[in-house]
Amino acid sequence: MLIFERSHPGRRNAAQAPHHSVVIGGPSTGLRTGIPAVLLREDRPLLPEASEMDVVRHYTRLSQKNFSIDTHFYPLGSCTMKYNPRACNTLAMLPNFLARHPLAPEASGQGVLACLYDLQEILKDVSGMAGVSLMPMAGAQGEFAGIAMIRAYHDARNDMARTEIIVPDAAHGTNPATAVMCGYTVKEIPTDANGDVDLDALRAATGPQTAGLMLTNPSTLGVFEKRIADIQKIIHDAGGLLYYDGANLNAILGKVKPGDMGFDVIHMNLHKTFSTPHGGGGPGAGAVGVAQRLLPFLPLPVVAKEPPPQPSPASEGGSHYRYLTEADLPQSIGRLSAFSGNIGILLRAYVYARMLGAEGMHRVAEFATLNANYLMAELHKAGFTVAFPQRRASHEFIVSMKPLKDATGISAMDVAKRLLDKGYHPPTTYFPMLVPECLLIEPTETESKETLDGFVAALKEIRDEAHAAPELVKGAPHTMPVRRLDDVKAARELDLAWKPAV
Amino acid sequence: MSNPNNLKYTASHEWVRSEADGTISIGITQHAQELLGDMVFVETPAVGRKLKAKEECAVVESVKAAADVYAPVSGEVVAVNSELDSAPEKINDDPYAAWMFKMKPDNAADVAALMDAAAYQAVVDSEAH
Repeated sequence: MLIFERSHPGRRNAAQAPHHSVVIGGPSTGLRTGIPAVLLREDRPLLPEASEMDVVRHYTRLSQKNFSIDTHFYPLGSCTMKYNPRACNTLAMLPNFLARHPLAPEASGQGVLACLYDLQEILKDVSGMAGVSLMPMAGAQGEFAGIAMIRAYHDARNDMARTEIIVPDAAHGTNPATAVMCGYTVKEIPTDANGDVDLDALRAATGPQTAGLMLTNPSTLGVFEKRIADIQKIIHDAGGLLYYDGANLNAILGKVKPGDMGFDVIHMNLHKTFSTPHGGGGPGAGAVGVAQRLLPFLPLPVVAKEPPPQPSPASEGGSHYRYLTEADLPQSIGRLSAFSGNIGILLRAYVYARMLGAEGMHRVAEFATLNANYLMAELHKAGFTVAFPQRRASHEFIVSMKPLKDATGISAMDVAKRLLDKGYHPPTTYFPMLVPECLLIEPTETESKETLDGFVAALKEIRDEAHAAPELVKGAPHTMPVRRLDDVKAARELDLAWKPAV
Repeated sequence: MSNPNNLKYTASHEWVRSEADGTISIGITQHAQELLGDMVFVETPAVGRKLKAKEECAVVESVKAAADVYAPVSGEVVAVNSELDSAPEKINDDPYAAWMFKMKPDNAADVAALMDAAAYQAVVDSEAH
């Protein structure tokens, strides 16, 4: 039910209504608003009319219907749905952070600029890059900024023959989309039987037309690309640059640096790896890191730390922080938002990074890969088909439900829907498409052994049900507020408006 | 559903039917539609467009993924099946009846050189993990 459907004309909470009421604006009130009369609306906007209590109940009920990391195990592969520590929220929501206006002068915002500068330094260190910009407001925007910098680099050298970006077929769909957005042609290369990049195909695809390679390591298949040194040599020898898709950074955080692998540019999904709330479209933060040669092209504004112009009480620790602008970085690819990125998310990521500390960062990767490998081993032992059993999993792995589908007709999607009844958010389904009937499972580092064992038991139960009572599984979910949605009709007849616009 | 013997096939999962007027009809195979699942959108090439063999020229989008469709041979697009605009599910219902576009091939020999049903089935089998 929509809040609009709870609307009654004139509905207000008469018993608790404030004693004094004020009528604001509008042509009939005679107030001088400064807005020309011709631009003032004559009809009320179509907003719901409900009492405060109606609104609170409506949204509280909606929140109770939600499947979230705060209520359920959420092993959604490639999404890193780890627990978001409450301390990060609490500190990022300190009143002086919340109330700061984006146009307030830098002199009165030295504290927040110091936090952002520190975050840039932490990310530089953990990624092994020479510089970082926090501006991209999502992973996809970080990717865009990264490839735009590769393009700006080649253009600045007048190297205009480079028209292609190489992307492995296991890549996230955003990679080829990003390359096309930046004006490149995409060259797709295949994956070999072990889940690695096919090096012969890479050599054949690389040449003077190559602007760069986009690579996720560990890949979406959940395995670490061991021949990354060879790969970076092939691309660099041809004059191309390497882009690191940071979607799977959680698996290697504090253990391996993309800069050391030879990458020239990286985006980091702070909302995933650095544990800020995410899902449902945002807000995110896709900070970018670059090697020395791409520093001039970083998106603005970047926070700089300088000696104070003149000593003042505001210059904490003898330093002064300021935003670098086009005057400092004339070759910058430009600005990606009106102000300075998603600061609320950046602050949460900053608190998270400071809580772990540089010396604690490696625990993220260790527990994430331990949990993934334990879960993979238990499912393998229970007779499920693991896509690459000979490989050690990174932070996620793939199980194929094809044998179950062949035997019972129960698909990966049916299994996923039935998991909801068992109290588990399903893993990612049907991605990557290289493995048929696949579930991409990422438990993250924050789950206990008991939770992982419960998940294995639930999958075993569902497999038994698929043989004994297939209709039960095909009809799932049975216990949710809604049954199986008609996603085909929803996609074919997209209808998002409450009423047609008038 | 088996792959009809009177059609030709590509490794990228298009089927090709030679018509009496010398044109060819192109669609996607049963294997392709089964992998993609329920179709929600089909984009066909413009009539008159000249295509090179293996050139991306159409898109099929399902609830799971979007996939490119490639020209099986070089030639010119002479017709598109506009019925699919409003009823993309026809590809799921009967992939070998739901042709997407027709081409006039530059060389009839190119069509003859495509895979037959048995060779295509071998490709599908080799892709199964």
